[in-house]
Amino acid sequence: MSLRSPLGRVLGTGSAKEGTQQWWAERVSSVALVPLTLWFLCSLLLLPSLDFEVIHAWMAVPTSGLLSILLVAVSTYHAYLGTNVIVEDYVHAHGMKLLLLLSLRFLYVLCGGAGIFAILRIAFGPS
Amino acid sequence: MPARPRPLSPHLQIYRWQIGNSLSILHRATGVALAFGLVALSFWLVSLAGGAASYRVASRAFQSPIGLLFLVGWSFAFFYHLLNGVRHLFWDAGLGFERRSRHASGWFAVVGAVVATAALWALLSHWGRL
Repeated sequence: MSLRSPLGRVLGTGSAKEGTQQWWAERVSSVALVPLTLWFLCSLLLLPSLDFEVIHAWMAVPTSGLLSILLVAVSTYHAYLGTNVIVEDYVHAHGMKLLLLLSLRFLYVLCGGAGIFAILRIAFGPS
Repeated sequence: MPARPRPLSPHLQIYRWQIGNSLSILHRATGVALAFGLVALSFWLVSLAGGAASYRVASRAFQSPIGLLFLVGWSFAFFYHLLNGVRHLFWDAGLGFERRSRHASGWFAVVGAVVATAALWALLSHWGRL
Protein backbone atom coordinates (compact mmCIF):
# COMPACT_ATOMS: atom_id res chain seq x y z
CA MET A 1 0.00 0.00 0.00
CA SER A 2 1.33 3.40 -0.90
CA LEU A 3 0.99 6.24 1.58
CA ARG A 4 1.43 8.82 -1.15
CA SER A 5 -1.51 11.04 -1.96
CA PRO A 6 -3.08 10.75 -5.42
CA LEU A 7 -2.22 14.40 -6.10
CA GLY A 8 1.43 13.82 -5.18
CA ARG A 9 1.57 10.82 -7.48
CA VAL A 10 0.09 12.77 -10.39
CA LEU A 11 2.47 15.69 -9.88
CA GLY A 12 5.43 13.33 -9.58
CA THR A 13 6.58 14.86 -6.29
CA GLY A 14 8.89 13.04 -3.93
CA SER A 15 12.61 12.55 -4.26
CA ALA A 16 14.29 14.49 -7.05
CA LYS A 17 15.70 11.18 -8.36
CA GLU A 18 18.87 12.99 -9.25
CA GLY A 19 21.67 14.75 -7.41
CA THR A 20 24.18 11.95 -7.15
CA GLN A 21 25.56 12.63 -10.65
CA GLN A 22 27.87 15.40 -9.49
CA TRP A 23 29.24 13.27 -6.66
CA TRP A 24 29.70 10.31 -9.00
CA ALA A 25 31.32 12.42 -11.75
CA GLU A 26 33.81 13.73 -9.20
CA ARG A 27 34.80 10.14 -8.28
CA VAL A 28 35.02 8.98 -11.90
CA SER A 29 37.19 11.95 -12.90
CA SER A 30 39.40 11.39 -9.83
CA VAL A 31 40.00 7.77 -10.86
CA ALA A 32 40.99 8.94 -14.37
CA LEU A 33 43.29 11.59 -12.93
CA VAL A 34 45.43 9.13 -10.95
CA PRO A 35 47.14 7.61 -14.05
CA LEU A 36 46.95 10.85 -16.10
CA THR A 37 48.70 13.07 -13.56
CA LEU A 38 51.32 10.45 -12.68
CA TRP A 39 52.00 9.86 -16.41
CA PHE A 40 52.46 13.62 -16.96
CA LEU A 41 54.78 14.03 -13.98
CA CYS A 42 56.90 10.96 -14.80
CA SER A 43 57.15 11.90 -18.49
CA LEU A 44 58.45 15.38 -17.68
CA LEU A 45 60.89 13.92 -15.15
CA LEU A 46 62.23 11.33 -17.59
CA LEU A 47 62.90 13.86 -20.37
CA PRO A 48 66.62 14.72 -20.70
CA SER A 49 65.90 18.40 -19.94
CA LEU A 50 63.13 20.95 -19.61
CA ASP A 51 64.46 23.06 -22.51
CA PHE A 52 62.07 24.41 -25.13
CA GLU A 53 63.17 22.10 -27.99
CA VAL A 54 62.90 18.96 -25.83
CA ILE A 55 59.49 19.76 -24.35
CA HIS A 56 58.07 21.01 -27.67
CA ALA A 57 59.20 17.88 -29.53
CA TRP A 58 57.79 15.66 -26.77
CA MET A 59 54.42 17.46 -26.81
CA ALA A 60 54.23 17.13 -30.62
CA VAL A 61 54.21 13.32 -30.32
CA PRO A 62 50.56 12.17 -30.76
CA THR A 63 50.47 10.10 -27.53
CA SER A 64 51.80 12.99 -25.42
CA GLY A 65 49.41 15.45 -27.07
CA LEU A 66 46.34 13.28 -26.64
CA LEU A 67 47.07 12.37 -23.01
CA SER A 68 47.93 16.00 -22.19
CA ILE A 69 44.62 17.17 -23.67
CA LEU A 70 42.83 14.54 -21.56
CA LEU A 71 44.79 15.68 -18.51
CA VAL A 72 43.80 19.34 -19.00
CA ALA A 73 40.16 18.46 -19.76
CA VAL A 74 39.62 15.99 -16.90
CA SER A 75 41.51 18.01 -14.28
CA THR A 76 39.59 21.17 -15.26
CA TYR A 77 36.30 19.24 -15.00
CA HIS A 78 37.32 17.76 -11.63
CA ALA A 79 38.35 21.19 -10.30
CA TYR A 80 35.06 22.65 -11.56
CA LEU A 81 33.05 20.01 -9.69
CA GLY A 82 35.12 20.36 -6.51
CA THR A 83 35.13 24.15 -6.28
CA ASN A 84 31.40 24.23 -7.10
CA VAL A 85 30.71 22.12 -4.00
CA ILE A 86 32.88 24.44 -1.90
CA VAL A 87 31.02 27.54 -3.14
CA GLU A 88 27.65 25.84 -2.55
CA ASP A 89 28.77 24.87 0.98
CA TYR A 90 30.10 28.22 2.16
CA VAL A 91 28.48 31.00 0.10
CA HIS A 92 24.90 31.50 1.19
CA ALA A 93 24.01 34.88 -0.32
CA HIS A 94 22.08 33.99 -3.48
CA GLY A 95 23.51 36.68 -5.76
CA MET A 96 27.09 36.14 -4.67
CA LYS A 97 26.73 32.38 -5.07
CA LEU A 98 25.34 32.73 -8.60
CA LEU A 99 28.07 35.20 -9.54
CA LEU A 100 30.83 32.94 -8.20
CA LEU A 101 29.45 29.77 -9.83
CA LEU A 102 29.05 31.52 -13.18
CA SER A 103 32.46 33.21 -13.18
CA LEU A 104 34.19 30.00 -12.07
CA ARG A 105 32.52 28.14 -14.90
CA PHE A 106 33.57 30.73 -17.50
CA LEU A 107 37.13 30.81 -16.10
CA TYR A 108 37.46 27.03 -16.26
CA VAL A 109 36.26 26.91 -19.86
CA LEU A 110 38.62 29.75 -20.79
CA CYS A 111 41.62 28.29 -18.96
CA GLY A 112 41.06 24.67 -20.07
CA GLY A 113 40.24 25.80 -23.60
CA ALA A 114 43.47 27.82 -23.81
CA GLY A 115 45.51 24.84 -22.57
CA ILE A 116 43.91 22.43 -25.05
CA PHE A 117 44.23 24.94 -27.90
CA ALA A 118 47.93 25.33 -27.08
CA ILE A 119 48.47 21.56 -27.23
CA LEU A 120 46.59 21.31 -30.55
CA ARG A 121 48.67 24.13 -31.96
CA ILE A 122 51.85 22.29 -31.01
CA ALA A 123 50.48 19.07 -32.54
CA PHE A 124 49.19 20.54 -35.81
CA GLY A 125 50.81 23.96 -36.10
CA PRO A 126 54.17 24.96 -37.59
CA SER A 127 56.99 23.14 -35.82
CA MET B 1 9.80 34.65 16.80
CA PRO B 2 11.16 31.91 19.05
CA ALA B 3 11.72 32.87 22.69
CA ARG B 4 15.45 32.14 22.34
CA PRO B 5 17.63 31.49 19.31
CA ARG B 6 17.63 27.97 17.94
CA PRO B 7 20.63 25.88 18.99
CA LEU B 8 23.42 25.78 16.43
CA SER B 9 25.52 22.74 15.65
CA PRO B 10 29.08 22.99 17.00
CA HIS B 11 31.21 24.97 14.58
CA LEU B 12 34.97 25.30 14.11
CA GLN B 13 35.54 27.38 17.25
CA ILE B 14 34.16 24.70 19.57
CA TYR B 15 35.19 21.61 17.63
CA ARG B 16 38.05 19.59 19.14
CA TRP B 17 40.71 19.51 16.45
CA GLN B 18 41.90 16.07 15.53
CA ILE B 19 43.50 14.38 12.57
CA GLY B 20 40.20 13.56 10.85
CA ASN B 21 38.81 17.07 10.46
CA SER B 22 42.27 18.60 9.91
CA LEU B 23 42.95 16.30 6.96
CA SER B 24 39.47 16.89 5.57
CA ILE B 25 40.06 20.65 5.60
CA LEU B 26 43.53 20.13 4.11
CA HIS B 27 41.97 18.08 1.30
CA ARG B 28 39.70 20.97 0.33
CA ALA B 29 42.47 23.54 0.72
CA THR B 30 44.86 21.56 -1.49
CA GLY B 31 42.04 21.08 -4.01
CA VAL B 32 41.54 24.85 -4.25
CA ALA B 33 45.30 25.36 -4.55
CA LEU B 34 45.44 22.83 -7.39
CA ALA B 35 42.54 24.58 -9.15
CA PHE B 36 44.69 27.74 -9.16
CA GLY B 37 47.55 25.56 -10.39
CA LEU B 38 45.52 24.79 -13.52
CA VAL B 39 45.90 28.44 -14.50
CA ALA B 40 49.68 28.03 -14.22
CA LEU B 41 49.54 24.81 -16.26
CA SER B 42 47.60 26.53 -19.05
CA PHE B 43 49.95 29.53 -18.92
CA TRP B 44 52.91 27.12 -19.32
CA LEU B 45 51.24 25.27 -22.23
CA VAL B 46 50.36 28.52 -24.02
CA SER B 47 53.93 29.77 -23.56
CA LEU B 48 55.20 26.48 -25.04
CA ALA B 49 52.90 26.85 -28.06
CA GLY B 50 54.03 30.46 -28.47
CA GLY B 51 57.63 29.55 -29.27
CA ALA B 52 61.07 29.61 -27.68
CA ALA B 53 60.94 33.26 -26.61
CA SER B 54 57.64 33.05 -24.71
CA TYR B 55 58.67 29.68 -23.19
CA ARG B 56 61.82 31.36 -21.86
CA VAL B 57 59.70 34.06 -20.18
CA ALA B 58 57.50 31.42 -18.53
CA SER B 59 60.50 29.32 -17.47
CA ARG B 60 62.10 32.35 -15.88
CA ALA B 61 58.89 33.09 -13.97
CA PHE B 62 58.64 29.50 -12.71
CA GLN B 63 62.34 29.40 -11.77
CA SER B 64 62.21 32.65 -9.80
CA PRO B 65 62.18 32.22 -5.99
CA ILE B 66 58.44 32.97 -5.82
CA GLY B 67 57.76 30.69 -8.78
CA LEU B 68 59.68 27.84 -7.16
CA LEU B 69 57.84 28.42 -3.87
CA PHE B 70 54.53 28.04 -5.72
CA LEU B 71 55.75 24.93 -7.57
CA VAL B 72 56.87 23.27 -4.32
CA GLY B 73 53.50 24.14 -2.78
CA TRP B 74 51.60 22.77 -5.77
CA SER B 75 53.66 19.57 -5.76
CA PHE B 76 52.83 18.99 -2.07
CA ALA B 77 49.17 19.84 -2.72
CA PHE B 78 49.15 17.39 -5.63
CA PHE B 79 50.71 14.48 -3.68
CA TYR B 80 48.50 15.06 -0.64
CA HIS B 81 45.28 15.45 -2.68
CA LEU B 82 46.22 12.31 -4.65
CA LEU B 83 46.92 10.15 -1.58
CA ASN B 84 43.99 11.46 0.44
CA GLY B 85 41.77 11.17 -2.65
CA VAL B 86 42.61 7.47 -2.92
CA ARG B 87 41.78 7.26 0.80
CA HIS B 88 38.37 8.76 0.01
CA LEU B 89 37.84 6.24 -2.82
CA PHE B 90 38.47 3.38 -0.37
CA TRP B 91 35.90 4.91 1.99
CA ASP B 92 33.44 5.19 -0.90
CA ALA B 93 33.94 1.46 -1.43
CA GLY B 94 33.06 0.95 2.24
CA LEU B 95 36.60 0.10 3.35
CA GLY B 96 38.88 1.50 6.04
CA PHE B 97 36.34 3.11 8.39
CA GLU B 98 37.78 1.60 11.57
CA ARG B 99 39.47 4.06 13.90
CA ARG B 100 42.86 2.40 13.53
CA SER B 101 42.91 2.21 9.73
CA ARG B 102 41.38 5.71 9.45
CA HIS B 103 44.21 7.20 11.49
CA ALA B 104 46.88 5.06 9.83
CA SER B 105 45.75 5.97 6.30
CA GLY B 106 45.51 9.64 7.31
CA TRP B 107 49.06 9.74 8.59
CA PHE B 108 50.18 7.80 5.53
CA ALA B 109 48.67 10.50 3.27
CA VAL B 110 50.39 13.36 5.14
CA VAL B 111 53.78 11.71 5.60
CA GLY B 112 53.65 10.21 2.10
CA ALA B 113 52.96 13.64 0.58
CA VAL B 114 55.86 15.24 2.48
CA VAL B 115 58.23 12.41 1.49
CA ALA B 116 57.11 12.47 -2.17
CA THR B 117 57.51 16.26 -2.34
CA ALA B 118 60.98 16.08 -0.81
CA ALA B 119 61.96 13.22 -3.15
CA LEU B 120 60.70 15.09 -6.23
CA TRP B 121 62.65 18.25 -5.49
CA ALA B 122 65.75 16.34 -4.40
CA LEU B 123 65.62 14.51 -7.73
CA LEU B 124 65.08 17.75 -9.70
CA SER B 125 67.98 19.46 -7.97
CA HIS B 126 70.19 16.35 -8.31
CA TRP B 127 69.54 16.28 -12.06
CA GLY B 128 70.21 20.02 -12.29
CA ARG B 129 66.74 20.95 -13.55
CA LEU B 130 66.19 23.93 -11.27
